[in-house]
Amino acid sequence: MQELLHQLATGVSSGGIYASLALALVMIYRSTGHVNFAQGEMAMLSTFLAWTMLDAGAPYWAVFAVTIGMSFLAGALIERLLIRPMGGKQEMLMVTVFLGLFMICNSIAGWVWGYDTRPFESPFDSLAFLQNPYEGPHDLGAMAVTMILMAALFLFFQFTRTGLAMRASTENPTSSRLVGIAVGRMFGLGWGMAASVGAIAGMMVAPTVFLEPNMMATILVYGFAAALLGGIDNPWGAVIGGYIVAILENLLGVYVIGNEMRMTVALVLIIGTLVIKPEGLFGRRNVVRV
Amino acid sequence: MTVMSTMPDDNRADALRRSLIYTVIGVSLVLALLAPAFVSSYRIFQITTIIVDAIALLGLNILTGYNGQISIGHSAFYAIGAYTVAILTVKFGVPYWIAIPAAGLTSYIFGFLFGLPALRLGGAYLALATFALAVATPQLLKYKLVDTWTGGTLGMSVKKPDVPAWLPINQDQFLYYLCLLIAVGMFIVGRNLVRGRVGDAMMAVRDQPIASAAMGIDNSLLKTKTFGVSAMYTGVAGALGAIVAQYVAPDSFTFMLSISFMVGIVIGGAGTVSGAIYGAIFIGLVPDLASQISKAVPWALYGCCLIACVFLMPTGIHGVISLLAGKILPGLRTKQ
Repeated sequence: MQELLHQLATGVSSGGIYASLALALVMIYRSTGHVNFAQGEMAMLSTFLAWTMLDAGAPYWAVFAVTIGMSFLAGALIERLLIRPMGGKQEMLMVTVFLGLFMICNSIAGWVWGYDTRPFESPFDSLAFLQNPYEGPHDLGAMAVTMILMAALFLFFQFTRTGLAMRASTENPTSSRLVGIAVGRMFGLGWGMAASVGAIAGMMVAPTVFLEPNMMATILVYGFAAALLGGIDNPWGAVIGGYIVAILENLLGVYVIGNEMRMTVALVLIIGTLVIKPEGLFGRRNVVRV
Repeated sequence: MTVMSTMPDDNRADALRRSLIYTVIGVSLVLALLAPAFVSSYRIFQITTIIVDAIALLGLNILTGYNGQISIGHSAFYAIGAYTVAILTVKFGVPYWIAIPAAGLTSYIFGFLFGLPALRLGGAYLALATFALAVATPQLLKYKLVDTWTGGTLGMSVKKPDVPAWLPINQDQFLYYLCLLIAVGMFIVGRNLVRGRVGDAMMAVRDQPIASAAMGIDNSLLKTKTFGVSAMYTGVAGALGAIVAQYVAPDSFTFMLSISFMVGIVIGGAGTVSGAIYGAIFIGLVPDLASQISKAVPWALYGCCLIACVFLMPTGIHGVISLLAGKILPGLRTKQ
C-alpha cells in the first residue's frame, strides 16, 4: 500500500510536467489553430538560457521572470519572421517549418551547451513547509505553479477582452479583422504566450529529468497524449489529461509492462483516444459545415 | 497539373519533353549499370544506400506529397521491413526472394492498420501521432517479450545474399544490382500509380476531400490504402537497408530517421516521383559532409534547409530543375 501510494505520488509529480506542456500545446492551438512541433525544443532552449543565468549566479526568481520575458519575445519573433509570412499556407509546409524549427533549436542547444546532462536548480527544495514523505518538495511546488498558470490562462481567455480577441482570431480571422481586431498581433501574442508557458514548463521539468538537449522529446509525446486525451481545445482537459497520463504511465510502468515500455503507453493512449473518442474527454466536438 | 493539349505546338513540346526525360533516365540507368566497374566499393555502398533511401522516400512521398497525410513515423515501417527480413532470414533461413516481398507485405499490413486511427487526424496532429509511433518504435523492439525474436538492444546481424555462381561479380556489386533492380521496378510501379486514376484520386482527397467524396471516392479507404502502400515501399527499403548494413538494431530506427525522410521529400520535391531521388541524394551526402564540422551541424543544416526550402523553393529540387530546364529550353515549359 505504501508502495502504491508512493508510485501514485510519483505519477502525480510527472503529471504536473505533462500538464504544463499539454497546456502550452493547447495554448498555441487556441491562439493560432496550429500544433507547434517545436514547442518542446523551444522550452528546452529557454531552460538552457535560464541555466546559463543561474550558473552565472543570478537569483532564481529574477532568472525565472527574465526567461519568461525573453521566451515571450522569441516566440513572438518566430511568429513574425517565420509563421506570418507563410500566411497559413498548406499544412504540410507549416509542419515542415515546425520541424525545421525543432531541429534548429535542438542543434543550437547541442552546439552551444553540449549533450551532457546537467542538474537544474529548484526553488522549492529548500522550503521547509514542503517537506513530506510522499512528494518531493519540488514536485509540490511545480504542481502549484501549474495550477496557478492554468487558472491564470483560464481567466485570461474567458474574461479579458484580449483573450476573447485571441479566441475570435483563431475561430474566424476574417470576421475578427472586420470588427477591428489586430489578428496578426493576436497570433504574435499567442506564440509569445505559448513560448512563455513552455519556458515555465521547461524550468519545472528540468530539476526532475535533468537538463539536456533531448529532454523534451519524450515529454512532448506525453504532453501531446495528455492534450489529446483531455481535448485539444480545453486547458482544464489538458491538465487533467496530464495527470491521467502520468499516473497511468507510472502504474503500468511499475506493475504491468515494465519501465522500458513507457513510451508505448503514450502511443496507445493517443491511438486509443483517436479511435474511441477523438474529441477527447473534455473537448468540444468540432462540427464543420459543408 | 497537365492540361489537355489541343495545339500541335503543345504536342510537339510534350513529345520533346518526354523524349528528353526518357533520354535522361536512360543515360542515368546506363551510368548506374556501369558504375560498379569504375568506382570504389565504398562508393558502391554509398550509392546502394542512396538507392534504398530513394525507395523509402518514394513511399513517404506517395503518402505525404500525393495524399497530404504527414508522417514523421516512417522509421517505424522501415524498422518493420528491416526486422522482418532479419528474422525471416536469420531465424528461419527463408531465402531473400521470399523475405523481401514478405517484408513489404508485413509493412503494408502495419501501415494499413496504423492508417485507420490516422484517418481521424489531419495535418499536424497526424504528424504528432506518427511522431509518437517513431519514438515508441525502438522501445517496442527492445521489449523483453519479443527480444528472443528481435535480439533486444543488441539487434542482430544479417547476411548479404550469395551471388549466383554464374555471375562474375562480388557480393557488394550483386547487392547493388539487386537494390537497383528493385528500385527501378518500384519506381515504375509508383510512377504509374500516382499518374493514373488512383493518383488522381489521392490528390483529389488531399486537395478537395468533400468534392472527392461527392464524386464517389471512398476517402477513408483510399487514405488507409495509401498509408499501407506507402508503408510497403518504406518497408521494402528497410528490408534492403538491413541487408546493406548487414545489421539491425533498435537504435538505428529512431525518429531522427523519420525526420531525414521528411527532409528528403521536402527538399527533393513533395508530390513528385523524381523528387524522391534528389531527396535521397541530399540526405545521403549532405549529413556526411556536414558532420565533419560538428555533431550538431547536420541537424542545424537540415533545419535551415527545410525552412529555406519552404520559403525559397517550395517545390524542392524537382521544381528548380523543371524551372531551369524551362528557362534554357523554352519549348519545354510545362503548360499550366
